[in-house]
Amino acid sequence: MKELTCIVCPRGCRLRVDDNMNVTGNACPRGEKYAINELTNPTRTITSSIRVTNRPYTLVSVKTDKPIPKDKMFDVMREIDKLSIEAPTHIGQVVKENILGLDSNIVITKNIE
Amino acid sequence: MKKHIHDVLIIGAGVVGTMIARELSKYQLDVVILDKNNDAGDGTSSANSAIIHSGYDPEPGSLKAKFNVLGNAKYPKLVEELDVPFIQCGSLTIALEDEQIPVLKELMERSKLNGVEVSLLNKEEVLKMEPNINPEVKGALFAPTAGIIDPFNLVVHAMENAIDNGVKFLRSQEVLDIKKEDDIYKLKTNKEEFYTRIVVNAAGLKSDKIARMIEDIDWAITPRKGEYYLLDHYAYGLVNHTIFPLPSKKGKGVLVSQTTSGNYIVGPSSEPAEADDVSTDTFTLNNIKKAAMLMVPSIPFNQTIRVFAGERATCTRHDFIVEYAKSDNHFINVAGIESPGFVSSPAIAEYVVETLIRPLITLRSNPKYNPCVKKYHRMFYLSEEEKLQTLKENPNYGEIICNCEHISLGEIEDALSRSCPPVSIKGVKRRTRAGYGKCQGGFCQPKVLMLLAKHYGVSPTQIPLAEDGSYIIDHEIKEGK
Amino acid sequence: MKKVDLVIIGSGAAGMAAAVEAKRNGIDDILILEKDERLGGILNQCIHNGFGLTEFKEELTGPEYLQRFVEQVKELKIPYKLNAQVIDLSKDKVVTYSSKEDGLVKLQAKAVIMATGCYERNAGAIMLPGDRCSGIITAGTAQRYLNIHGLMVGKRVVILGSGDIGLIMARRLTLEGAKVLCVSEIQPYSAGLNRNIQQCLIDFNIPLYLSRTVSKVIGKDRLEKVVLSAVDENLQVIPGTAMEFECDTLILSVGLIPYISLLNYIDCPTSSAKGAVVNQYMETMINGIFTCGNCLHVHDVVDFVSDEARLAGRSAALYIKDKINRNANRINVKPGNGLSYVLPQFILEDSLEDIVIKFRVRKPVQDQIVWIRSGETIIMKQIKPVMIPSEMVMIKIPKEKLAGIKEDIIVSLEDR
Repeated sequence: MKELTCIVCPRGCRLRVDDNMNVTGNACPRGEKYAINELTNPTRTITSSIRVTNRPYTLVSVKTDKPIPKDKMFDVMREIDKLSIEAPTHIGQVVKENILGLDSNIVITKNIE
Repeated sequence: MKKHIHDVLIIGAGVVGTMIARELSKYQLDVVILDKNNDAGDGTSSANSAIIHSGYDPEPGSLKAKFNVLGNAKYPKLVEELDVPFIQCGSLTIALEDEQIPVLKELMERSKLNGVEVSLLNKEEVLKMEPNINPEVKGALFAPTAGIIDPFNLVVHAMENAIDNGVKFLRSQEVLDIKKEDDIYKLKTNKEEFYTRIVVNAAGLKSDKIARMIEDIDWAITPRKGEYYLLDHYAYGLVNHTIFPLPSKKGKGVLVSQTTSGNYIVGPSSEPAEADDVSTDTFTLNNIKKAAMLMVPSIPFNQTIRVFAGERATCTRHDFIVEYAKSDNHFINVAGIESPGFVSSPAIAEYVVETLIRPLITLRSNPKYNPCVKKYHRMFYLSEEEKLQTLKENPNYGEIICNCEHISLGEIEDALSRSCPPVSIKGVKRRTRAGYGKCQGGFCQPKVLMLLAKHYGVSPTQIPLAEDGSYIIDHEIKEGK
Repeated sequence: MKKVDLVIIGSGAAGMAAAVEAKRNGIDDILILEKDERLGGILNQCIHNGFGLTEFKEELTGPEYLQRFVEQVKELKIPYKLNAQVIDLSKDKVVTYSSKEDGLVKLQAKAVIMATGCYERNAGAIMLPGDRCSGIITAGTAQRYLNIHGLMVGKRVVILGSGDIGLIMARRLTLEGAKVLCVSEIQPYSAGLNRNIQQCLIDFNIPLYLSRTVSKVIGKDRLEKVVLSAVDENLQVIPGTAMEFECDTLILSVGLIPYISLLNYIDCPTSSAKGAVVNQYMETMINGIFTCGNCLHVHDVVDFVSDEARLAGRSAALYIKDKINRNANRINVKPGNGLSYVLPQFILEDSLEDIVIKFRVRKPVQDQIVWIRSGETIIMKQIKPVMIPSEMVMIKIPKEKLAGIKEDIIVSLEDR
């Protein structure tokens, strides 16, 4: 039996997973999916920011458009550190495709004129 | 290289040092003033009650009594010239027990000897003037000439005015050694060497250390720390006068007063401390709270926006020291300037220059001397018409940087353009009140920091909160700029 | 003086949602006043995800969430002014703002919605004991330095307070290369959401110390050391329990307070939630001045802010059209056993809408019955298996259930 906290929504359900991967304590089906995923292949969405080259001391926010493996978080961060962009920026704009071959793109999450 | 010899070198740019500098700037002299901190007024002058005392309390015949009364009379003109917020609100020293009434009468006698106008009020009169005072009050001594001042602006504007009139101010210069060679003093600081004919030691908490650099002395500074609460400015009408308890040996006790910005100040405590210890602690603050609530039970302590501490340069001689060094009249000690130091400082400055320095050196009037600083435009204090006029001249006064106190970009830029500009977040705060409000700079600090970095053309990592070394930003991240 | 039907102060998650809703309810003459240089308020710096699950049924970052509202504001052509700081609001709804572009401007509004958000409790407000060195900074300010400007506030960090921004910053700073030594919480339970404990602390092996607070900060110019001590049930430091942490930064995440100086200046009554006292229309005790979002009470989820703001926007529209019966009887709503606050604080009879009662519990509780009573009458009874202070509880009362209610309504908890 394993216990974990669901991070899918702010509710933060306490999930229990037995040895046969039966999930209890979840208030919605997403919780069940999260629990199984967390125990087999845990993933996280990374949010960070990158430099806007033509705006002094200004960053624009970015994220991975798909969750990446939890143990690759720092590797992805160091890749994000290398990125920069020129304003204007648009939400959804891809800055880096398929980062580290993880099948996830780094996309802009903020419009800067 | 030929060494440059100053006429007068002042150690310490607190209220005493800057007032002396300003007084000297009336004459054609080469004056330099040094401070170990990176701004004027960073020591005792920055953390005190900011009361312009009437002078009823000091021992008759003491220097404290003399300079307090003389100093108080100078304030109305001084604050005009230096454009410093000042309110002559008067003070009430209150008796909460019948046995204290005779003490009030003694104070009344003392006031007469000191030449201070006071009156004795009965319970009804006190409560009529101050309805929020403890209804158990038995009577009070009313001193109408007491006032409150913006202590930061007083010191900075005195410095600015002195600089405008030719004085040189050097920051972050800590005096490490003093020697006299061929009638010239040689001072070594952490940065360089200075030569001067006359030294004025106005080093506050370190004045005994400085004095000992040239001779043995029979006095010492034993710092006493005072902790305070600063309350927000919504509870208008809590008290209109400065409220004191009866004085004790430890000092004037915990007072409750409005400030010139409409905030309320409650404190100080009085405990011995190491020099430069301005930490606060819960135990002392709780005691202050209790003492203050005895006088004004309804103080809204939940409106506290800051607690802070300052140190008094209390001296073992129990009076001000304003005199020549024993071994040499070209070395002047101005030490032990604890309360009532702020009010006394302009009178001390005049005495130092006219009585102690005049016999030593020829004083020729400075034809370019202007007693006034360039007018400040503080939107908070201006009338509607004055605001509109200011905005017409400079639209940056419309761009608000500090949400809490409504301080504009124009005001911050003005401070930066002056002859004694701020170099830190605290320097901006003290001059303009940006960051002085309830969010304590939570919203405006990044804006002020970026403004300072841009103004000085440095990385944001170089901008200190207060003293050198108190950096806010550790490092920049991400590639490029 | 220029006249405007509805002035909205603030363009964050609350202000924009209120504006959109007012417009959709027939008010065309609206002006949003925003102090910053862009719309969106504090969400601009909340670059993490987790927003929008209720509002948009998908997970968005803060800037993406606010952009959805910006687009609605632009589509509906709702006028707004940027870099415009409101410096005064009078009881008769004259709004004075200051900006570089316009100078000092007075507007006569028919209705005003305060949507000014909240500010962070800081070292002064909690009377942090010890030295006055640099390196002590609130979580939101550190967030702004990092996410907007790319400036890191330190390398070795202790976080005081387990509020959500503190937890989010623990993760952010760790990902950006800082060492977060621990999070210390004075209460015996966390002030943040469970999911943030998991994904911001546990994911990164950052310890969370409960019932511990900072008993002293030490540092000459920059912070050098933080002392954490255990506290007793009265939250007083227990001597002899000190733990020392060498660090250069202390991040404070010790609570948010509604930012309502404008209302304080005009003596608008406030509640234990530290925002204004309001009725079910989100109207304050001053006629025609409405309030919503974090300047009314601090929310844990932004989606609920937008929802509450829509109610304020709708109500302001009703008010402008004179559809709210101002002479209706007032029924007070009071927090009973176990509640730290309840909203709204009073109800005008003959409500035009169902009423959502919002409250927070004082401490974590299990298996509770929430009673909503008026005298002997039970208006609602609801069973809640778990409630924690960091989660706002909402219970909807259909307006029919309030028919005939005259006495004070008390919301209280009882063990099952």
